[in-house]
Amino acid sequence: MNDVVNSTAVHAAGVDITDLRKSYGSNEVLKGINLTVKPGEVVCLIGPSGSGKSTLLRCVNLLEQPNQGSIHVGGFEATDPDVDIDRMRRKVGMVFQQFNLFPHLNALRNCSIAQTKVLKRSQAEADKVSLHNLERVGLGHLADRFPDQLSGGQQQRVAIARALSMNPELMLFDEPTSALDPETVGDVLSVMRNLAKEGMTMLVVTHEMGFAREVADRVVFMDGGVVVEEGVAEQVIGSPAQPRTKEFLRRVLDPTHIEIEE
Amino acid sequence: MAMTARQRARVSLYVQAAIFVVAIAALVLATDWKTMATNVFNFGKIGPMFPDIFLVGLKNTLIYTFLGFVVGLSGGLLLALMKLSSFPLYRWIATGYIEFFRGIPALLVFIAFGYGVPLAFGVQWNVTIIVMISLGIVASAYIAETLRAGLQAVPKGQLEAARSLGMPQWRAMVTIVIPQAFKIVLPPLTNEVILLTKDSSLIYVLGLTASQYELTKFGRDGISSLGAGLTPLLVAGAFYLVVTIPLSLLARKFESRSARTKR
Ligand SMILES: Nc1ncnc2c1ncn2[C@@H]1O[C@H](COP(=O)(O)OP(=O)(O)OP(=O)(O)O)[C@@H](O)[C@H]1O
Ligand SMILES: [Mg+2]
Repeated sequence: MNDVVNSTAVHAAGVDITDLRKSYGSNEVLKGINLTVKPGEVVCLIGPSGSGKSTLLRCVNLLEQPNQGSIHVGGFEATDPDVDIDRMRRKVGMVFQQFNLFPHLNALRNCSIAQTKVLKRSQAEADKVSLHNLERVGLGHLADRFPDQLSGGQQQRVAIARALSMNPELMLFDEPTSALDPETVGDVLSVMRNLAKEGMTMLVVTHEMGFAREVADRVVFMDGGVVVEEGVAEQVIGSPAQPRTKEFLRRVLDPTHIEIEE
Repeated sequence: MAMTARQRARVSLYVQAAIFVVAIAALVLATDWKTMATNVFNFGKIGPMFPDIFLVGLKNTLIYTFLGFVVGLSGGLLLALMKLSSFPLYRWIATGYIEFFRGIPALLVFIAFGYGVPLAFGVQWNVTIIVMISLGIVASAYIAETLRAGLQAVPKGQLEAARSLGMPQWRAMVTIVIPQAFKIVLPPLTNEVILLTKDSSLIYVLGLTASQYELTKFGRDGISSLGAGLTPLLVAGAFYLVVTIPLSLLARKFESRSARTKR
């Protein structure tokens, strides 16, 4: 019990993706992705809309079924047809762009429901863990609020606390701040920054270049279903080697930029 | 002389009211009130219907409706889940069932169960069981469609979030999706209960003993025994309204509540 609540030291898992391919009908969205995230590492995934970032992330916890290739998560081989999906997913926390909090449950129950139903923790223990994690994201005082009584930024932080309450070894974030009002983005990013400091393995799809630069150990740039460039944040964002990366960053960092023929 | 838009609206209202009054007056004048008094509004002779129409008839109508609803809700949920299944055979079975029982009159189902089952299997079922099954079979076809719509109205992200937390499919449905769908379908489901209350009247086709009579059967019996014409049916009808109007108000209350908050 006490190790569940008190340990901030995370037991971290890594991810190993080899030649991953995924198609929707005849539309090949992932065209042979290779990507490794070491335990405790923070990797930010950037790239233009439609490049397959969400699809890649969703393949890691099998919300999408890959067509080819292999994915290893912690001790699990996700692509093994006999893998126990539910046991694997307990180790993988997922945070969605649209939060996806359960609207019929308050913040505390949002965090405790899977603990009691899946991990078979007692309600008292689950509540304690939930409250601990809500405090971790700065929302201990709003534990009895329902999602529709919380701001977007607060909802997203509850969603993070909900995922953390399962003691995951890896966290996946799919554009966690894209649906937020600008003034609440900072709170969510600082929760994620703390999580990174505690040693959580994180794979983060984001358009927040400042966050990626500061927090990510590595940045991966995807375009058209392939990894175009990857490396330390300073290199990929600061001085990209590939023309597609340069072009993308120019547009993201200066949205008003207008191409002028020379 | 030109009228303003407001004056025109007022004149139009007067004209409509006048037409309404004339129509009512014509109806009143054309009615044979003497016959009506003995055959439709003959409330002096209905004394013998009480208190049994209340203690037996209303009670049985409520029991039959409740049992039919319980069977219909469980069957409907099963059919709705089958219809949303990724397994084609389940979808076909559910679709076939729903289309069949929504397409035939409920009366035929009662006759089939009341007379067909004893002939086919040589068993004589208790009337309550026949009513429960046949009302439930008809109700489940309608309720299935209502529940399917409700389940589909729950955003896909809810199921994905639940599955991401390691919940198996059935657990995610039971704990996360179905409770939300249930809130969405509460108003239409209440309307199904109203329809079911009225459909329970169809069991008059079964041979009932006195203790099994429901409201309509009491009304029909009264017609032949009391010499008050159709008056007993009027009384039975009033009892249905006592049940259905509050349900209707309840449905509207659920509706306005779910419109006010998503929770
Ligand atoms: N369920 C689906 N069915 C069919 N096509 C899909 C599905 N999901 C995604 N796609 C297609 O796959 C491609 C990649 O989508 P994906 O959501 O992974 O992109 P993304 O990089 O996350 O983009 P964004 O930045 O807009 O979120 C897109 O062309 C999209 O239309
Ligand atoms: Mg995306």
